[in-house]
Amino acid sequence: MNIVLNNECKSVQNNITLAELIAGLALKGSRYAVEINQKIIPKAEHQHLLLQADDKIEIVRAIGGG
Amino acid sequence: MNDLLDVSGRKFESRLLVGTGKYKDLLETEAAIRASGANIVTVAIRRVNIGQNADEPNLLDVISPNEFTILPNTAFCYTADEAVRTCLLARELLDGHSLVKLEVLGDQQTLYPNVTETLDAAKQLVKEGFEVMVYTSDDPIIAKQLEEIGCVSVMPLAAPIGSGLGVQNKYNLMTIIENAGVPVIVDAGVGTASDAAIAMELGCEGVLMNTAIAQAKNPVLMASAMKKGVEAGREAFLAGRMPRRRYASASSPIDGTIG
Repeated sequence: MNIVLNNECKSVQNNITLAELIAGLALKGSRYAVEINQKIIPKAEHQHLLLQADDKIEIVRAIGGG
Repeated sequence: MNDLLDVSGRKFESRLLVGTGKYKDLLETEAAIRASGANIVTVAIRRVNIGQNADEPNLLDVISPNEFTILPNTAFCYTADEAVRTCLLARELLDGHSLVKLEVLGDQQTLYPNVTETLDAAKQLVKEGFEVMVYTSDDPIIAKQLEEIGCVSVMPLAAPIGSGLGVQNKYNLMTIIENAGVPVIVDAGVGTASDAAIAMELGCEGVLMNTAIAQAKNPVLMASAMKKGVEAGREAFLAGRMPRRRYASASSPIDGTIG
C-alpha cells in the first residue's frame, strides 16, 4: 500500500505498524514526534498502531532556530 | 545578587535567552550557547530528513533538555492552526513539555507578527494547557491583550527579526513594560551588546536573540559579550540611573580649592 511520509509517497507492506516503519528509517535517537493525518500519535502507541493506506505521516524533530 | 527571571513560576538565573539557528555547525552552536550562559534555548520543529544524513547528530543531544530549558518555537507558521499543530508536536517531542514560544508571522519580507492570528493561536494554546511566551509587535494594546489571554511572557520586537538595528521603539517598550503583569522580554532586533543593555535598562525582564550572536564574526565571543550586556543593563536598571541635566555638575568639591 502507499502512504505519504513527510510529504513524499512511499510504498510499504500491508499491516505494518508505525514502530516498524520508524525502525526501517534508521532515525538516530528517540527525539522525534509523529503525527498521522494531523493527529499526534503518542510514543506509547507506536508499537501497536497499524498504518492504513493513504495515511499522511509526519515525523519531526528539533533543529536550530531562533 | 538573588535576582532571578520568573516565568510562570519557573526561575532562571540568566536573563539572556538564545536561539540555535544560523550557526556553522553544532559544535559552534554548543560553544556559543555555553558562553552566553543562557538557561532558556529556542529550537525549531521540522520534518526529519528521511534517508539522508541519517547519522547527523541531533541538536537535542548537544543542547540537552536535562541541562537547558528548551523553548520550541513556531517559526515560519503563518496561521494560528499551523502554530498550534507545531506546539502539539513539540509537546510530544519533548515528553509533555508545555513551555512554548509562539510566533505567527505576517510576511516573509518583514517577518512582522500577524497579530490577529497570534491572538487566536494564543487562545487555543492556553486552552490546551500550554505556557505561552509570545512574540508580538510593540503595540501596547495587543501586548496587554496577550497577557489577558493568559500568555506567561510577552515578547515584543525591538526591530525586525535578524535586522540587528537595535532598540528602535524605546517608548513603546516602556509603555508595554509599565502596563505588564508578566515578564516583558525583547525578542528580535538586537545587534550588539549595548543594544541588549539598552533593552534591559528600559526594564525588560530579559532579551531573546539568535542572529546577533550566530552571525557575529566570532559568535562565541559575542555570546559572552551579550551575557555581560544583559547583566550590566539589568544591574543599571535596578540601580536607577541619575537624572539627566542640561548643564555640567562638578564631580570634585569646590571648597578648599587653591588660589
